[in-house]
Amino acid sequence: MENRPLEYDYTVAKMFMLTTVLLGIVGMLIGVILAFQLAFPELNLVLGEGLAEYTNFSRLRPLHTDAVIFGFTLSGIFATWYYVGQRVLKVSMAESGLLMFLGKLHFWLYLAVVVAVVVSLFTGVTTSKEYAEFEWPIDIAVVVVWVVFGLSIFGLIGIRREKSLYISVWYYIATFLGIAMLYLFNNMEIPTMLAASPAGETGIGAWYHSVSMYAGTNDALVQWWYGHNAVAFGFTVPIVAMIYYFLPKESGQAIYSYKLSLLSFWGLMFVYLWAGGHHLIYSTVPDWMQTMGSIFSVILILPSWGSAINMLLTMKGEWQQVASSPLIKFMVLGSTFYMFSTLEGPIQAIKSVNAIAHFTDWIVGHVHDGVLGWVGFMIMAALYHMAPRVFKREIYSKSLMATQFWIQTLGVVLYFSSMWISGITQGMMWRAHDEFGNLAYSFIDTVTVLHPYYTIRGVGGLLYLVGFLMFAYNIYKTMSARPVEESELQSASPMGA
Amino acid sequence: MSIAEIQAYGYFFLTLFMVLVLYGYIYHLYTKKKDADGIDYEKYGNIALDDDIGDAPVLPVSKDKEK
Ligand code: HEM
Ligand code: HEM
Repeated sequence: MENRPLEYDYTVAKMFMLTTVLLGIVGMLIGVILAFQLAFPELNLVLGEGLAEYTNFSRLRPLHTDAVIFGFTLSGIFATWYYVGQRVLKVSMAESGLLMFLGKLHFWLYLAVVVAVVVSLFTGVTTSKEYAEFEWPIDIAVVVVWVVFGLSIFGLIGIRREKSLYISVWYYIATFLGIAMLYLFNNMEIPTMLAASPAGETGIGAWYHSVSMYAGTNDALVQWWYGHNAVAFGFTVPIVAMIYYFLPKESGQAIYSYKLSLLSFWGLMFVYLWAGGHHLIYSTVPDWMQTMGSIFSVILILPSWGSAINMLLTMKGEWQQVASSPLIKFMVLGSTFYMFSTLEGPIQAIKSVNAIAHFTDWIVGHVHDGVLGWVGFMIMAALYHMAPRVFKREIYSKSLMATQFWIQTLGVVLYFSSMWISGITQGMMWRAHDEFGNLAYSFIDTVTVLHPYYTIRGVGGLLYLVGFLMFAYNIYKTMSARPVEESELQSASPMGA
Repeated sequence: MSIAEIQAYGYFFLTLFMVLVLYGYIYHLYTKKKDADGIDYEKYGNIALDDDIGDAPVLPVSKDKEK
């Protein structure tokens, strides 16, 4: 047997890095198309009347949300897990043939599900539940993928050398458990072919069709318990897992307070699950649930800021790194946007504010300052940090990275600022009335007023997409950049001009 | 007592209980400073920094297994 020193094995991490980049491009491209369709409705017919079915806003919207959530973000989570997991547990996947097999199985099954989702959503097969559009055969496949992911996580933990689980691992485990529970409960559904109508018909509808087990108010409650916690366990918890590893590692500073990280963890876990009611304020759900949703949303600021402040304090005395390293810039701006959206969210959850904000573009603005500024920035930063280490080469271009940073930051700012203005304008115009209670404006009045802001949002989104393409190019070129020595990879990532 | 009252009391005491647990945990972390294995919590921050496969773990899974 040859006696090579043991090394971490990044095969599976690399595979998921690829899907992160590709699905990111697809998802954001569709996002930009959607944004311009809202500003210029003719674009719904861009490929002609005949193909309008495939190019209209309503067909493309779930493709955008699912591609960025379950494609880009989830791939990023998997890629970083297969990288961070090995390192903080100090065990290589190469040490276990079984884990290697599970990792690859995880990837290929995931890819098969992605293909199935894209085809089904393009052809209009959907359950019409937001973020849970997949029909039952796909749901079952999703569960299988998730179980394999779980086996990978716990398998690696089982053979670890480091006894204590680093805080990031806690967050990855919570992601796994949280999504498993949410996904199962919200997708309880009955294939229509098994149902019988009151008239006695059986085998109704296509084989892949199903109806939810919940109806009416219960459906709304379960759906938003799911939707809200999908944000929690998809856009918050795993991204916090990333920043707890990548920021200390890249800056060479141990995390400011490990104790604070433990507190924030348990705080987040307890509070998040109760806040979903804020999506249903002034709807038909019981009043106390709405109030509870509001209150827990406000409390949620504490554990959220606990993590974010911990990150900023980790940079204490090291702020020159923010100026000199574009990679650190991404992470510091990411945690700043995290603080920003977790302050904005609780404000929107206050009943009187929600009365104006709900159904308007302000919510869309909130969504995108979180996902673009926090989730997107953090995943790109993680991949930038991983690239030199998995390819053993320096990052192709530092100046390209810095340019990308500024272009995307401008994009995010244009996106959320335009949506704030249009959202609040919308909210105010919808409720404005004269002294007799007659509404002052009709719907089309708002549409006319909002047009410029929709255009600005489209431009902001386009800038973000351009930045993302620069990121993809930079990662691609990194694969053939100057090879680096092991010693260069200790903390700050090596970067070419 | 009506069901609504029971719920209200339940909710109140549950919240109180959670608050006590949280503050108890904070108190515990900051007075003990060390976990059951006798390791200062802050040492665990180094798991991310010294994460090469050859680096010594902060706390090895089993001492006798390591050389
Ligand atoms: C303390 C933390 C947060 C609170 C209390 C909060 C609160 C809210 C509220 C009140 C809404 C609007 C509900 C409505 O009227 O329709 C909302 C929507 C949303 N938020 Fe947050 N938010 C928080 C953090 C975040 C973060 C960090 C992200 C993403 C990275 C995010 C993503 C979303 C999404 C995707 C929606 C839209 C859901 C939909 O209608 O489809 N939130 N949030
Ligand atoms: C290039 C950047 C992007 C653009 C231009 C864009 C554009 C859009 C548009 C136009 C909508 C529909 C809004 C509406 O119905 O009024 C939307 C919804 C949404 N996008 Fe994006 N998007 C981008 C990137 C992303 C990313 C990276 C994520 C997540 C990681 C994301 C997550 C979402 C979500 C969760 C919704 C649903 C919001 C809701 O229902 O309230 N987007 N996006």
